[in-house]
Amino acid sequence: MFRRFDAASVAFTFEGMPVMAAAGETVAAALLAAGVRSVRTTAVSGSARAPWCMMGVCFDCLVEIDGVANRQGCMVVVSPGMVVRRQVGAKDLG
Amino acid sequence: MSGVFDAVIIGAGPAGMAAGAVMAERGARVLVLDEQAAPGGQIYRGIEAMPAARVAAMGADYAAGAALVARFRASGAEYRPGAMVWQVVPGEEGHEVWFSIAGKSRCVVGKSVLVAAGAMERPVPVPGWTLPGVMGAGAVQVLLKAGIGAERLVIAGAGPLVLLLAAQCLALGVRPLAVLDTTPAGNFAAALPLLPGAVRGRGLGYLWKGLLLQARLRFGGVRVVRVTDVVLEGAEAVRAVSFRAGGQVQRIEADIVALHEGVIPAQQMTRALGCAHKWDEGQRCFRPVLDGFGNTSVHGVLVAGDGGGIGGARAAAQAGVVAGAEMLRRAGRVDGVGRDAVAGPALRDLAAEVAVRPFLDRLFRPAGLPGDEVVVCRCEEVTAGDIRAAAAQGAQGPNQAKAFLRTGMGACQGRICGPMVSEIMAGARGVSMDEIGYYRIRAPLKPITVGELAAAGDDGDD
Repeated sequence: MFRRFDAASVAFTFEGMPVMAAAGETVAAALLAAGVRSVRTTAVSGSARAPWCMMGVCFDCLVEIDGVANRQGCMVVVSPGMVVRRQVGAKDLG
Repeated sequence: MSGVFDAVIIGAGPAGMAAGAVMAERGARVLVLDEQAAPGGQIYRGIEAMPAARVAAMGADYAAGAALVARFRASGAEYRPGAMVWQVVPGEEGHEVWFSIAGKSRCVVGKSVLVAAGAMERPVPVPGWTLPGVMGAGAVQVLLKAGIGAERLVIAGAGPLVLLLAAQCLALGVRPLAVLDTTPAGNFAAALPLLPGAVRGRGLGYLWKGLLLQARLRFGGVRVVRVTDVVLEGAEAVRAVSFRAGGQVQRIEADIVALHEGVIPAQQMTRALGCAHKWDEGQRCFRPVLDGFGNTSVHGVLVAGDGGGIGGARAAAQAGVVAGAEMLRRAGRVDGVGRDAVAGPALRDLAAEVAVRPFLDRLFRPAGLPGDEVVVCRCEEVTAGDIRAAAAQGAQGPNQAKAFLRTGMGACQGRICGPMVSEIMAGARGVSMDEIGYYRIRAPLKPITVGELAAAGDDGDD
């Protein structure tokens, strides 16, 4: 898995669970460092996904941040109290 | 931020920083927009915030980026981090650049626009590459630069980054379990005729660095194996990587597997702008057609750095100076003679930097295309076989494959599958890459909310 070299001091939540991030760290980096394996499921088959590129290209790190879906976790810096949720499959438009 | 800028520069990696600095230092009004929170691009990512000891562990080439970042900061170029450019509209009087910061969109105008969007990792379509825990080697390096090391890591791939990443992990106390070298068997012999050209300029230094990295891994006890047939195993996440080495199938259990087959230009923005692109057989990628000063086929739109063809960070910085000089001329700040005085030394350095490339490109040229069962479009989960079947059913190119299969229509907007879909379609139809072409890319280049689009207007007074 992943290991932090520095202390983490910024508190946020993922799926309601408390997670710590280092200052200036992206959501995707913080989740991986916290041991989160998969951040979303795909819209087609529902298979589990996690960040692939970490530089804004692949969109496999998509999460819901503070109620807004389809955010690139690797491009958004964690802020204190941020509420992050797994992005699950396709949206139900019913 | 209002008014017309002499240049709007998209990207604050080495090319964008160098172009911005060289212009601002000569009194030009320059705006540099970058999606990241700090300057440096991917290559010098995190360098301002990183403790000195860790910078040293990352190596001299990384550490050298600090001087360029400092020069850029001091140059007087306006710099907006966290800015996501979602549309560029070329115009006669100037080019509109639309971008979003913290959920608010605005528009600026530049006499010139420099696309310094850099490179992306070449996709590595092998069985199981969509499993959580499987990442680009560049992604693992991004994490390293953020102070996060991968444990129980296997690095599988070919190219300079494979050795560099392994050595950086080792230096930071997270020793990789193994390095699986996927360089195809015939590549060295094929690259050998290019070696005399590669020792010119700064080529010898780069080749020496490669040998040093190999030695460091050997002394550090990192197992390096020549392999083929890499397959990632696992259900909910990767558990192991299997491969063929020495005539046998072997297997290593791992938590993280980093794949790498080189880098290619990030072409989304230049494609959307309608810039002419050409297939580069040597680098096995599309690149925008550029003149010697970085001008694209679209008047007033320039490209510098790896987005125009892969040359590495130092070459990108030199290309940035050249493009900056040309944009000074376009803005009327210097004449042709003045431009050449600024660009001349940079052009010579650029030639010295890229001398090694043809050799490296041939040496690390990836093996063929993925088998039918392998997912190519990660977003819409379309396999290589699906694309070949669509070609057999009459799809003429990548854009028709979209209509048949939804490939390239997912969240990444075709960034990842595009290069592979073009190659698979060209192979299936037996036509050239230039004939098969590429996805038609349209704005918005990244998702923005409808509310933000509706509220988008002229820039305020900030």
